[in-house]
Amino acid sequence: MSEGLNAWQLIASGDATLISIVRLSLTITLAAVAVAAVVGLPLGALLALTRFPGRSALVVLVNGFMGLPPVVVGLTVYLLLSRSGPLGAFGLLFTPAAMVIAQALLVLPIIAALTRQTIEDLWREYRDELTAMGVGPPGRVATLLWDSRFSLITAMLAGFGRAAAEVGTVMIVGGNIEGFTRTMTTTIALETSKGDLPLAMGLGAILIGLILAINAAAWGLRVWSEQRVA
Amino acid sequence: MIAEMELPVLNRRLFTAIVVILTFLASSGASASAQEQSIVVASTTSTRDSGLFDHILPLFTTRTGIEVRVVAQGTGQALDAGRRGDADVVFVHAREQEEKFVEQGFGVKRFDVMYNDFVLIGPKGDPAGIKGSPDIALALTSIQRKKAAFVSRGDKSGTHIAELGLWKAAGVDIAAVREPWYKEIGQGMGAALNTASAMDAYVLSDRATWLAFKNRGELEIVVEGDKRLFNQYGVILVNPARHPSVKAEPGQRFIDWLISPEGQQAIGEYNIDGQQLFFPNAEQKRS
Repeated sequence: MSEGLNAWQLIASGDATLISIVRLSLTITLAAVAVAAVVGLPLGALLALTRFPGRSALVVLVNGFMGLPPVVVGLTVYLLLSRSGPLGAFGLLFTPAAMVIAQALLVLPIIAALTRQTIEDLWREYRDELTAMGVGPPGRVATLLWDSRFSLITAMLAGFGRAAAEVGTVMIVGGNIEGFTRTMTTTIALETSKGDLPLAMGLGAILIGLILAINAAAWGLRVWSEQRVA
Repeated sequence: MIAEMELPVLNRRLFTAIVVILTFLASSGASASAQEQSIVVASTTSTRDSGLFDHILPLFTTRTGIEVRVVAQGTGQALDAGRRGDADVVFVHAREQEEKFVEQGFGVKRFDVMYNDFVLIGPKGDPAGIKGSPDIALALTSIQRKKAAFVSRGDKSGTHIAELGLWKAAGVDIAAVREPWYKEIGQGMGAALNTASAMDAYVLSDRATWLAFKNRGELEIVVEGDKRLFNQYGVILVNPARHPSVKAEPGQRFIDWLISPEGQQAIGEYNIDGQQLFFPNAEQKRS
């Protein structure tokens, strides 16, 4: 990042480094949320709709993992992806793909747990009707997920917030490599360590602004589609 | 509100989402393999935070087309990344450990690259009364006697190892000191300087990071110039015999460039406000 500039000058001048960092942050976070959603939504729905021995324990586990310490997830993924680790042959450590994997693991429990709660509540309401209509399990899952989509967007936003604000895992598995795996949060940590606190603070303000913008967009989408449905 | 009509829509969207994600993952994998000419260098925070890499790496990349990805860690962590095969080259500053790294077969060969020096930083008030002392050992003894606040990296970095050596030279068994004036923070150089700045404490820093550091507060250099404050940097190729994934050819080219007259000149040219930060001292091969 250019010397002697503050964060606002960087935005105003459309600093290429800043733009690529923002783009990388958003790409990684959104990809992680997407991966976590593809796994977490059906998983949450299954947990809500099925009964099997050990289910309660699994529900507690998924709920508890919403608070997974990022640094532990980072270290675990590091050891898995390290050349000396079981998945070392793929050479993913210190790449954006490693960061997506680590963040998806952080976000997955949040989406799965919130989905389970939402679907379970909706299932109480729908049970008689769906049973009467003879809808099979796959149809039930699909119907319940679709009809609770607005609540599930909130679940995904919670996951997005977690991933976007996170620095420990991406620092460990990404390595904070300039122009390759450096994100908003790791840049802020780096500028802090260089003692450039005003620049770090300014970048922090940009990050908060981005998170608010994404949430505003999701809110707008929700209002718009609710009006269409109504 | 159960509309069976909506189900196909949902399925189609899910399907689209999955396709998009798979495409993304495939393309990110493809782009990773397209950049074959890149190496991972595990180095120290001092070389990055001082701005040295920002100065020399573009020159190397322009010349060779090899992209250098720097993961900046403490020396201990950087050597560990090399041991695990997660880096192609390590570029650090703790000679004894580097030599051990090569001896144990993790590295191919160690080359001297450059040096700078450590400086003892302290508050302008100078509670230990050591400002301008030419003897780092006496200065540390004085800090210990006055129980003046001292921030230690405590992270097995090159600077931390050097600091422990200096306490030993001062005849202080610092490992046995369990007193609040000695604060081990377990973080990088910048974090240690930030902490010392906030607490008006003494701290050992490499000169380059100190010169590039912006949040100085009341801190200044109190002791410098003692020859025991010498700080040598070395570079080692991680042994491809141990880790076949190591990109030995481009990695060795990076090392060869660093110790070549061109690389050495680039290192020597780097300065902040006219002050040279690193002094190249690679052994030049006679051809």
